[in-house]
Amino acid sequence: MPTLSNIKSSIILNVRAIKARAYVRIVGQQRELSWLFFDSFLPLLSIAAFVYVYKAMQAPPEFTGFVILGGAMTAFWMNVLWSMASQFYWEKEGGNLQLYLIAPMSRMSILAGMALGGGFSTTIRASSALLVGIFIFHIPINIIHPWLTLAIFVVTLLALYGFGMLFASLYLLFGREAWHMSNLLTEPIFLLSGFYFPVKALGFYVAAVASIIPATLGLDAMRQLAFPDSAQFGFLTVGSELIILSILAVTFIVLARFSLGYMEKLGKREGRLTMRWQ
Amino acid sequence: MPIFSFKRKTLTDYWKTLRLSAWLGWQQESNWADPLLFFGYSILRPLSGALILVFMYMVITGGKTQTEYFGYLYIGNAFYIYVGQVLFGISWVIIEDREFFRILKIVYLSPISIYTYLVGRGMAKMAVATMAVVFTLAFGILFLDIPVDFSTVNYPLLFGSLVFGLISICFLGIILAGITLLIARHSMAISEAVSGLFFFLCGAIFPLTILPSWISVFGKGIPITYWLEATRRALLPDITVSSLPDMPTNIVVIVLIVSCVGLIFASHLIFRMADRIARRKGLIDKPTQY
Repeated sequence: MPTLSNIKSSIILNVRAIKARAYVRIVGQQRELSWLFFDSFLPLLSIAAFVYVYKAMQAPPEFTGFVILGGAMTAFWMNVLWSMASQFYWEKEGGNLQLYLIAPMSRMSILAGMALGGGFSTTIRASSALLVGIFIFHIPINIIHPWLTLAIFVVTLLALYGFGMLFASLYLLFGREAWHMSNLLTEPIFLLSGFYFPVKALGFYVAAVASIIPATLGLDAMRQLAFPDSAQFGFLTVGSELIILSILAVTFIVLARFSLGYMEKLGKREGRLTMRWQ
Repeated sequence: MPIFSFKRKTLTDYWKTLRLSAWLGWQQESNWADPLLFFGYSILRPLSGALILVFMYMVITGGKTQTEYFGYLYIGNAFYIYVGQVLFGISWVIIEDREFFRILKIVYLSPISIYTYLVGRGMAKMAVATMAVVFTLAFGILFLDIPVDFSTVNYPLLFGSLVFGLISICFLGIILAGITLLIARHSMAISEAVSGLFFFLCGAIFPLTILPSWISVFGKGIPITYWLEATRRALLPDITVSSLPDMPTNIVVIVLIVSCVGLIFASHLIFRMADRIARRKGLIDKPTQY
């Protein structure tokens, strides 16, 4: 039966692990300032191409806003894919995974630290891209409910990073398939989640299935809040989307907890935790 | 008998390097999955990219896909798959071999030309991209009413511009690979930057005429712009939407050929210079994982 002091020291240990993993992401990433430039400005090139597609079609100005917002959110999705889900794969290839696994803290705290640090760093970058997009393209952004928008954003991130944790458990077992899987989950997810166009255009049933990806409803809600004149392009009401996102966040985090334990046991049994270059 | 005997490389040696590096590249791309899964994987991403544009278009226009602009957009995006895969792919070979598989130094130590090795690896990427391009085009013609009439397609222009376009992309990729040899922390960013820059400036999905003139002039300096323009004119001879509306087709082709030849020389010079610097600084076998 664990004593109170054991529980307390376990919590302190895991909080330290979260802080350590977050520190690397927050402080280490900012040491190379040119990365900030590259991560903020380079995505704008692709985003600008989509903006001009809408301009070529003489689309209403809020569609430019959709592209800028969607483009900013791609930074989060890419962070979830490459810096969360694939992280254990990178560590395995680098020979560090066994160190993580023999360390006396929960895998969830390692991933939580990554999520915290990654989310913070990516928010800075995505905000920079959004601000530059606003100033260059003069998008008609008009946030009437800032606290609700913030709540949607935070819950979306929680759900996204919970999703990333769930995938990280799968990637414990993958070899090269991990890299290809992450590659595969870029454009198809951008399509299904409606990063550059209202997801409603895909039809109700496809959009409903796509809603399992937190970015779908998160983006849809944020668009409705940031561009109130385009509410007719929303898939569901903002309230419903907030509730669904909250359920997704809790579900993914709980599933990740159990999946990590199961995948680790499976990996140990099949001897795949230290296999590299497969 | 001399202990060391140095033999100049013959054409057979270069051909062997090219063939085997292409084979290696193909194996590396494809042997992680069975053929059907690999085929699905190879076309799903590019097709999704094309469909993003399709849905963007349909949301605004209500689904009218028989317009000239849709043809412009779809065909440009389909062929741009080559740029993303080959240009990014060749420079990625340096990152992969140096950082992940740690064999770049082995390649350098073997009696082959690294330059030819990279061209061979690029050919493997080209093969994968070709599957995606053909499938994406076929999907557009069959299901989205892209108005390509096979009886009016200018086949010599299409295949001729394709050859020169792919050569241009391949040697642009070699230039990027040379730069990648020298940089540590920005290798991936540079490749993505170039790919994104070209996507914006080459008139791939919108005519350059929409851009402010001081920006579009940069696009007119990129060979890929002329390749995409020639390809569109070959497939849709009656198209009036154009990035180079005042330029006759024969001039477009001449510019493409001249820039392609220029790129071959430039890539050789730049790569040799980058290679020399990388060897001097000891960067060939220096992994840079942070």
